[in-house]
Amino acid sequence: MSLLSLKDVRVHFNTANGVVRAVSGVSLDLAVGETLGLVGESGCGKSTLGKAIMKLVPVAAGEIVVEGENIAPLQGAALAGMRRKVQMIFQDPYGSLNPRSTVGRSIAQPMVLAGWTPDAIAERLETLLGWVGLPGDARQRYPHEFSGGQRQRIGIARALALSPKLIICDEPVSALDVSVRAQVINLLEDLKSRFGVSYLFISHDLSVVEHIADRVAVMYLGMLVEIGGRDQIWRTPQHPYTKALLAAAPIANPKIARSRKRTVLQGELPSPLDPPPGCPFHSRCPIAEDRCKVEKPALRSMANGAEAACHFA
Amino acid sequence: MAAPPLEVQDLRTTLFTRRGEMKAVDGLSLSVGAGETVALVGESGCGKSLSALSIMRLLPDPPARIVGGAVKLNGRDVIALPEDGMLDIRGREIGMIFQDPMSSLNPVATVEKQIVEVLMTHTELGRGQARARAHELLELVGMPDAARRLDAYPHQLSGGMCQRVVIAMAIACSPSVLIADEPTTALDVTVQAQVLALLKKLQADSGMAMIFITHDLGVVAETADRVVVMYAGRKVEEATVDDLFEAPLHPYTAGLIGATPTPGAERAARLADIPGMVPPLNALPQGCAFAPRCPRAMERCRTERPTLTAPAPGCLVACFAAEAG
Repeated sequence: MSLLSLKDVRVHFNTANGVVRAVSGVSLDLAVGETLGLVGESGCGKSTLGKAIMKLVPVAAGEIVVEGENIAPLQGAALAGMRRKVQMIFQDPYGSLNPRSTVGRSIAQPMVLAGWTPDAIAERLETLLGWVGLPGDARQRYPHEFSGGQRQRIGIARALALSPKLIICDEPVSALDVSVRAQVINLLEDLKSRFGVSYLFISHDLSVVEHIADRVAVMYLGMLVEIGGRDQIWRTPQHPYTKALLAAAPIANPKIARSRKRTVLQGELPSPLDPPPGCPFHSRCPIAEDRCKVEKPALRSMANGAEAACHFA
Repeated sequence: MAAPPLEVQDLRTTLFTRRGEMKAVDGLSLSVGAGETVALVGESGCGKSLSALSIMRLLPDPPARIVGGAVKLNGRDVIALPEDGMLDIRGREIGMIFQDPMSSLNPVATVEKQIVEVLMTHTELGRGQARARAHELLELVGMPDAARRLDAYPHQLSGGMCQRVVIAMAIACSPSVLIADEPTTALDVTVQAQVLALLKKLQADSGMAMIFITHDLGVVAETADRVVVMYAGRKVEEATVDDLFEAPLHPYTAGLIGATPTPGAERAARLADIPGMVPPLNALPQGCAFAPRCPRAMERCRTERPTLTAPAPGCLVACFAAEAG
């Protein structure tokens, strides 16, 4: 059984200019102990999808199944059990911590809500701070006293408090410096091998995703265009958008960078208010034909075992 | 031989704050030849942006003051020029583009008005000619539907299009030096590739010297000819881009490369992180600023500050361990 199973999830936002279909029909599975990378450019709906799983945005349609239970229709107190299983960390750890709460209180909040005793919370706090590599006196201090990397550790400690099965990581290292970014990535990997926690790792940084993910899903304009194993995606990408993304990502090796042939993708992401008909990518696609302008391709299995949504892949 | 378009010698910028004096740029020297791209690399707080703003003389005084050194543009030292002299040089001889294109544009002026203003300030063009040139420039930087975008306001354009407008303004008067401060950091990866390709093409056509400031080693590998690595306000290593990635000399450079995931690397490999973080400028350790985080630090590193030495032609490193081999 999958830990998380999404079936045709849709998230719509009503704006003054019309309905934005931020997520329009995403289905995927995430296994126990797996890290699934979710990549795409800004506006593709990857963060919205993460928030939808947390029920932080209203889900218009579809099923979000966590350990066999569909949480999409749940409201209010009924969600408490699910929140124990799924937690989230954010890109900006400063924006996700209450500046007027001590770090100890912030990390303890989920346990307080879950009805833990003060003694149990105090003991757990010490354990958590140790796991994420923060000094014991951190609990009495305030978020502004910490660096960006340390604040992200605080966010991770809070997410771990109730021993979740799945942590949704929304660009968790994008705001960090290179050396600190490596520290946090290593910490996430250590925690995974220690506790078997799964990650949905949302990022625009392909090199980080290639490093951390077991499988990767690629989103474009609210839809999945390709999903497959890490090596399938990097070695034999099938969808033209996946190929274009990989070609555009800078490579930290001057010789490889010079020798590879790059086709720079032209144009920019169309407005999600007015998505093109047919395949969402056809307006920028180098191999698009007339069929792509009218008929939306569905995900189908490829020869290499991955799935891609393209008529001609 | 003609002087290089940009030559910086022993540049020193100090921030005078309530918490004391901080040496934000501490003796930086570098030169950039025509058609050459030098990347300035380091983490936040290492002084790379302050170096660029010092070269442009754009830092507010107080708190920042250039306390020493020379900045030679085409052989002429501009460090002591009065502000109205600098006004004439900025945008004409040296241009700069910033990380956030939205905030470098005037939100209440059209694209055309902003480019025309640059042209009319620095050239003899009349308004009509400047408007025609503005259109040409937008075509040159690959603005889709350029004629129509002339009347657009910045908020009507995407981040990538705004950055193209900023680039058009920066190159409007064909400067011999262009400083690009994290020009693609705020952009999506496919748009980043477009902007990097555009800058390369413009440089190939005009032969301008370019300083490229970035924290992204992938972008460095894609764009730079030479690399200057900074740490805590000082240059710690300089080398050609191939040498730097192949055999980094300074442990900090090696740490940055090890901390960057390489495509195709074996899965099990842990990233080599650098423990700790960049020290605040008002609390720099005695000796080498990197010593507390350095895996190769020796006793000497904690008391004595290493100076730049040249272990081979074309490269410089400030490290006792690297000197010892």
